[in-house]
Amino acid sequence: MKIIVAIKQVPERDARIRIDAQAKWIDLTDVEFNLNESDAYALEEALLLKEAHGGEVVVISAGPERVGKTIREALAKGADRGIHIESDDLASYDALGVARLLAAAIEEEPEDADLILTGLQSDDLGLGQTGVIMAEILGLPHATLILKIEKTGNDIKVLRELEDGWFQHLDLPTPAVLTIQSGNSKLRYATLMGIKKAKTKEVRRVTVADLIHNDPEVKPADPVILLDEVMLPSKQRTTQMLSGTPAEAAAALVEKLQFEVRAL
Amino acid sequence: MSSVLVILEIKDRVISRISWEAMAAAHILAEGRGLPVDVAIVASPGNPILAKIQGKPPRTIHAVDHKLLHAYTADGYTEACAQLIAHLKPAYVIFPHTYQVRDFAPRLATRLKQVLISDVTGIETHAGAGPSAAPTFIRQLLQGKLNARYSHTGTGPCLLSIQAGAFRADASEGGTTTVEHFEPKLDAAQIRVQPGEPFRASAQTVDLGSASILVSVGRGIKEEANLPIVKDLAAALGAELAASRPICDAGWLPMERQVGSSGQTVAPKVYLAIGISGAIQHLVGMKGSQCIVAINKDENAPIFEVADYGIVGDLFEVVPALTTAIRKVKG
Repeated sequence: MKIIVAIKQVPERDARIRIDAQAKWIDLTDVEFNLNESDAYALEEALLLKEAHGGEVVVISAGPERVGKTIREALAKGADRGIHIESDDLASYDALGVARLLAAAIEEEPEDADLILTGLQSDDLGLGQTGVIMAEILGLPHATLILKIEKTGNDIKVLRELEDGWFQHLDLPTPAVLTIQSGNSKLRYATLMGIKKAKTKEVRRVTVADLIHNDPEVKPADPVILLDEVMLPSKQRTTQMLSGTPAEAAAALVEKLQFEVRAL
Repeated sequence: MSSVLVILEIKDRVISRISWEAMAAAHILAEGRGLPVDVAIVASPGNPILAKIQGKPPRTIHAVDHKLLHAYTADGYTEACAQLIAHLKPAYVIFPHTYQVRDFAPRLATRLKQVLISDVTGIETHAGAGPSAAPTFIRQLLQGKLNARYSHTGTGPCLLSIQAGAFRADASEGGTTTVEHFEPKLDAAQIRVQPGEPFRASAQTVDLGSASILVSVGRGIKEEANLPIVKDLAAALGAELAASRPICDAGWLPMERQVGSSGQTVAPKVYLAIGISGAIQHLVGMKGSQCIVAINKDENAPIFEVADYGIVGDLFEVVPALTTAIRKVKG
């Protein structure tokens, strides 16, 4: 089974939020980056399938130089090789533009993948669409919010999360694109041996110019949606902040709950 | 003629509340743009559900009906909506941001060479004509820590999905609405995914919805071994214990105690969020609470945007102090 996992490097969850000078994004100075959480689960599902059925796991990611580190981390966890679409101006693409790049690089693979996995949404932009858009570009069936993947002959059976604690099984032919929900499996850590091996694994670097050269269709059209500016959220309620030592803050809160909220 | 088209969603045989919220958002946009509102729903033209349209009446209800749409599939819905949009040529297409919409609307947008502006929390209409008067849309980034203003620059329809709870559903008004039947041309071979019947994993034994106080715990608790400090607080308050998704995923608390888009929606008298940052998926499940208390080490955590009372601090110090203070009061 050949499985391609599209992964994204995102600012770490606790990154300090300062708006940059152009008010288009956060200031990335001193920001640490991590593998997007649901992409980590997509990688884990891919590695589990490979362990059960054999085959190859290829990770693909787009972005600047620093993305190479996230790709190496995926290789250290057990992915066999990587594809790095090098781009320093990914923010100038909309979701369709980014998905076109990923799809183009995937189509250049000599052997077709049986499955393309990715997380259900990114922790930074949170559009939750890249996998589904790729499926449409590649003409493949898809399913989203997937918790479990089971191989059934040439097809797969997946467990999909619905709202309010409901679930559903789906049968799909392969190749297919699945977007993976976080939390269903326990994520593995890279072993020392894995980290050592990762250094020698192949990472194919492709530039956007290469992709356009091979397929002029990939040439980025003007984005159809634009992020005009970012701003700090306005408060939806007036928050009374209770300060002091833990004991003082706790005492103040109990007083509020007693006399303002009348809940005690 | 151009319009704002709202795609309503049926769940458990009723049109869900988030659909009415999406329709209210559509009316705001439509008034700003001087456009009529139409709705579409996958139902037979004779379905009694069509008589239960709430809020301000739309101009037309398009009953999209085909036997291949009886069970939801992304392939079927994408193709049916693409044909409906080609037929009606709306300027805007508005969806409720549900799991089902997340599943097919990005595919539909791609087929139309568009990008869905997903999870919209605000719509800004601007007076005048020309590009500067084009509406702008607010959505959240970085798990709710940042807001962004988006605009649609493409030619062709602008597709939006509306976050649960972001718009208040309108009160129903009288008016005339016509029902039109739309039968898309679908072929069984187009539907590649075979869906199974939805099921529930286990019977619900905890009804968080009936608790008047909820103590809810998130990632900030760090380890399962630390849970007793929030359990003690819940016991002191006579509260039910709830959690955000990562806690239930880790198996530290059962799934049925999960609050948020994939868990339960609650609106207790008091909701204490302990070590919960307040990602969108959690907020939609609890922001209707009468009083929200947030205890978090990060003063920029989005949970404070919806909190009535906040304590910035180490929960491992604050929560035991709070339990002690409550025990003292309750004697």
